[in-house]
Amino acid sequence: MEHARLTVITGHYGAGKTNFAVNLALDAAERGEKCTVIDLDIVNPYFRTADFEKTFSDKGIDLYAPVYANSNLDIPSLNIPLESILAAGGRVIIDVGGDDEGAKALGRFAPVITACESTDMLYVINKYRYLTKDAADAVQVMREIEYSCGLLHTGIVNNSSLGAETTADTVRESLAFADEVSELCGLPVRATCAVADAMPDSAPEKYVIKRYVRNLWEK
Amino acid sequence: MAEKSLMKGNEALAEAALRAGCKCFFGYPITPQTEIAAYLSKRMPKVGGVFLQAESEVAAINMVYGCAGSGIRCMTSSSSPGISLKSEGISYIAGADLPCVIIDVMRGGPGLGGIQPSQADYYQITKGVGHGDYHIIVLAPSTVQEMADCVTRAFDLADKYRMPAVVLADGLLGQMMEPVAFDDAEIVMSDASNKPWAANGHKNSRKHNIINSLYLQAPELERTIRERYERYAEIEKNETKAVADYCDDADIVVVAYGSTARLAKSAVDEARKQGIKAGAFRPVTLYPFPVNELNAAVKNAKKVLVVEMSMGQMVDDVKLAINCSRPVEFFGRTGGVIPAPAEILEKIKEMGGND
Repeated sequence: MEHARLTVITGHYGAGKTNFAVNLALDAAERGEKCTVIDLDIVNPYFRTADFEKTFSDKGIDLYAPVYANSNLDIPSLNIPLESILAAGGRVIIDVGGDDEGAKALGRFAPVITACESTDMLYVINKYRYLTKDAADAVQVMREIEYSCGLLHTGIVNNSSLGAETTADTVRESLAFADEVSELCGLPVRATCAVADAMPDSAPEKYVIKRYVRNLWEK
Repeated sequence: MAEKSLMKGNEALAEAALRAGCKCFFGYPITPQTEIAAYLSKRMPKVGGVFLQAESEVAAINMVYGCAGSGIRCMTSSSSPGISLKSEGISYIAGADLPCVIIDVMRGGPGLGGIQPSQADYYQITKGVGHGDYHIIVLAPSTVQEMADCVTRAFDLADKYRMPAVVLADGLLGQMMEPVAFDDAEIVMSDASNKPWAANGHKNSRKHNIINSLYLQAPELERTIRERYERYAEIEKNETKAVADYCDDADIVVVAYGSTARLAKSAVDEARKQGIKAGAFRPVTLYPFPVNELNAAVKNAKKVLVVEMSMGQMVDDVKLAINCSRPVEFFGRTGGVIPAPAEILEKIKEMGGND
């Protein structure tokens, strides 16, 4: 997929935002691009990009996270110098927390994000998430996120998956759903994500990912 | 079964409650179970149920007490420190013979502890939580699908025996995502039919029912408690459940519940690959404890290893259940640290799993 300099990733809880963000960052690093990941999740203390601190630092990816991320403190304190990060150059990926609640933290950065010359705000969808399995519900959550942070999306990412049980059929059966969401909101499907052996030939804008967010007994 | 969805453990608990006809949810937020309340606040109004965020855990459990008395299926959920706050109410509900479901998604303690997963509340939850001579049913799922299934079973058992039932999870299960399927049946909210004891208004058509746990005459209180223990005997006889894997020829049987059972099972799978005769035993009911199933599973074992995310609590029940017929060792991590399968395997080897 084509990349803007700043990629903002939003979505419903558990749609797979973090896994998508980690894939984007590691791919960028692989290509030798300077890359910074910002974990803006102030909602969820488990399974988040800040979990990948070691992986990122090994690959030379800078990580910014809420001050108390992965501590035992549930305090949403953000100390993220976004202007400076953007001024320093390279790609910037922002992993936002779930739903409109998670996107609240994004609002304060809206002026800086709007001022950036090349920005994508991608809405991650997963047909298999229970509360957003209907396209209309998925679009409603998308609008709630926009209302909450004051920014508009530029595309959608079909990240439909059943976790470890995902097959090519799982992804294939989500393509019509992604098209429907696209039609309802008027934004293009910018990527269809799947692990290599679950990527159907018919998928548009294929983006082969790895599952980095895993349970301990799967590692 | 309908098509599968990808759900967080907490969401599956919440959706399963709706599908069991749970009409009223009373809760108060606490990590790592807040998604239950967040989910039900969105879903309840759409299916004709009631979501109420109480002013505290104490208030929420007392709302459950009142609602359960009316014969309607109701639920509350919390995590460790919040369950401590609910303990008085749980004792009253048990003392008034009322059915309800309580979800406990454990985190590290004592005190405020931490927000990472833990199993350090085994004693608390399996020994009734509050004061008095009583039991509550405790179910311990280990997958997201089983979390949903346990909620259904908890409501059924609570109604059948007129007592509180707990679904005991931990932060890891609550937060992790796995595919889950619900049947296609339409959601039907519960009412008080088939509950002749309910205090639900009857326009003076019968003698009124009384919901009470106060018995000032000692012989009367003893009688009610003895009646209750006759029910507990039935539960202990009929409602135990456990899963045993490769126990028949195992030298070492590893006993674990909840998410820890999955870590233990990984270690046992790896042990088998390395030619070590290990087996895995997972209690699904913690009260009633699966005594007979455990004795059958360890019949040919030389040793038993109990693994918990605590300093060792269920290990006592394991020793009691098998009457210390073989050595029982323990391995655990605590405070929110999750035991790694490699550490468990190391312990299996240390116990002579290579002999």
